[in-house]
Amino acid sequence: MSAVQEALPAIRGSRDATVRRFALTDAIFHGMTRAAAILVLVLLGGVAISLFAGSWQALSTFGFSFLTSESWNPVTEKFGALAPIYGTIITSAIAILIAVPLGIGIAIFLTELCPRPLRRPIGMAVELLAGIPSIIYGIWGLFVLAPFLQTTVQPFIINVFHGIPGLNSLFAGPPYGIGLLTSSLILAIMVLPFITSITKDVFDTVPPVLKESAYGIGCTTWEVTRRVVIPYTRIGIMGGVMLGLGRALGETMAVTFVIGNAHRISTSLFAPATTISATIANEFTEAVGDLYTSSLVALGLILFVITFLILAIARYMLMRIDARTGA
Amino acid sequence: MSTATSLHQSRKRKNSVMMTLCVAAAGIGLAWLALILGALLYKGLSGVNLAVFTEMTPPPGDAGGLLNAIYGSIMMTIIGVVVGTPIGVLAGTYMAEYGRFSKLTTVVRFINDILLSAPSIIIGLFVYELMVRPMGHFSAIAGAVALAILVIPVVVRTTEDMLNLVPNALREAGTAIGAPRWVVIKSVAYRAALSGIVTGILLSIARISGETAPLLFTALNNQFWSSNLNAPMASLPVTIFQFALSPYEEWQQLAWTGALIITLTVLALSIFARSLTGRREDK
Repeated sequence: MSAVQEALPAIRGSRDATVRRFALTDAIFHGMTRAAAILVLVLLGGVAISLFAGSWQALSTFGFSFLTSESWNPVTEKFGALAPIYGTIITSAIAILIAVPLGIGIAIFLTELCPRPLRRPIGMAVELLAGIPSIIYGIWGLFVLAPFLQTTVQPFIINVFHGIPGLNSLFAGPPYGIGLLTSSLILAIMVLPFITSITKDVFDTVPPVLKESAYGIGCTTWEVTRRVVIPYTRIGIMGGVMLGLGRALGETMAVTFVIGNAHRISTSLFAPATTISATIANEFTEAVGDLYTSSLVALGLILFVITFLILAIARYMLMRIDARTGA
Repeated sequence: MSTATSLHQSRKRKNSVMMTLCVAAAGIGLAWLALILGALLYKGLSGVNLAVFTEMTPPPGDAGGLLNAIYGSIMMTIIGVVVGTPIGVLAGTYMAEYGRFSKLTTVVRFINDILLSAPSIIIGLFVYELMVRPMGHFSAIAGAVALAILVIPVVVRTTEDMLNLVPNALREAGTAIGAPRWVVIKSVAYRAALSGIVTGILLSIARISGETAPLLFTALNNQFWSSNLNAPMASLPVTIFQFALSPYEEWQQLAWTGALIITLTVLALSIFARSLTGRREDK
């Protein structure tokens, strides 16, 4: 009894030491995780700051005319971003126009029509395809799609629209194979899996009772989709489309292979053009002179700002639909 | 009566037209992707032989392999994952464990989602400004850092999601026997979420092993064997880019073969990663 009483202070002492040690290690671990979380913020901030610093020389030399000038001449060191911006927006817009109806169609197929045993394999195939590196799409576009378009599709379209005013300048020859339209097609197939899998996910959030009541009053599958499912998931679909758009705008390798890298604005969709990312990828390592490099970084800054805004809107929309299903 | 019947007919017709279009959309999507994979197999397989894995990238017009490019890709991927994963896991841990309801977590989640889909060429420019310009030369380590920055958002996202799925009762049981919080996280939460976290890491490897844009002006390329991390290093994607755009037949063939190797690696990693979580969900 007395021996135990004598030992108590020592036990208490070692217990206190253990508690203190636990508290210290916990504080260290807490601090490490917090620092890592803050590092994520620092990364994005660092990207913004370094791009801004790198492009300062170009922006201060050309000022606002950097955005409005079409010339891109490394010899005279006159740089303007209009042609790459134009190419980026046109290719992404056409890609989205092609991919959205296809993506929504596939999502409807997967949620309403597809036989149950096939749903998981097809859904998984779609997600796997989202992971295929963009360089694969690029090499396919260059060696398979472009020659096919050049020899078969483009001459045909040029002939058909030859005499129609407006359309004949949109589809003016010669058929190069590579160019705006080829890039748009490649981008469309690349963003298709993203749009499909997000649309399918938000379609799955529709409460079954809503669909069942519509079927109960005699609606057809199309009417249920058009009047119930799509209105209910509108924000989520928009979020998915914006996410796809963000991907398309920043996509580099697939476009670099098939865009043709020509710094000019042409009304014809068959003409070679360039995009922001393709210009950077093609010219950055060969750029001589600080102003040239700085102009390329400035292009990167423009791309960063555009995609940041688009992705922020997309995430905001998807967050809203998440909040609704969570409630 | 007849108007009712014709209305019914037209609705039914409209339905079948639209549903046919949806099936057609699925058909087009799958056929298009089958075309890509088919061409890849057809053109890539014919160039697969032992030399691809044992010889260096050849000079123009010569036969050779992809050994230095494969080695460079593996090296930079490993370093990228080793650097990026701990940061990603720790950040995800903060978001799911310590700061689940804090304002910082909301902000980090939003920014992380944007990093997740940010154009990878922007990350390349960032690392160029951060490392290549101050160091004065291209290097494999800069390439690996660019890849690490791409790994982080993927790992953060999956780690947070998976830790959020761990039931709180498990954590409470750990706390009740007197374990401090970090021990509960290490021995209870991480163990419960392990397969999910590993999935995230595998998916991030799948993502970076095909990335080209961030390597173009960080690691550059190298025609020869180099294991020096402080010098330019070849990588499979950049080599494919260079060889595919060249006019030489041998280089183009090697590009197709390289493309096939990357695609099969990425697909195998993704399928393996998904099978890990798939088993968990079935339980």
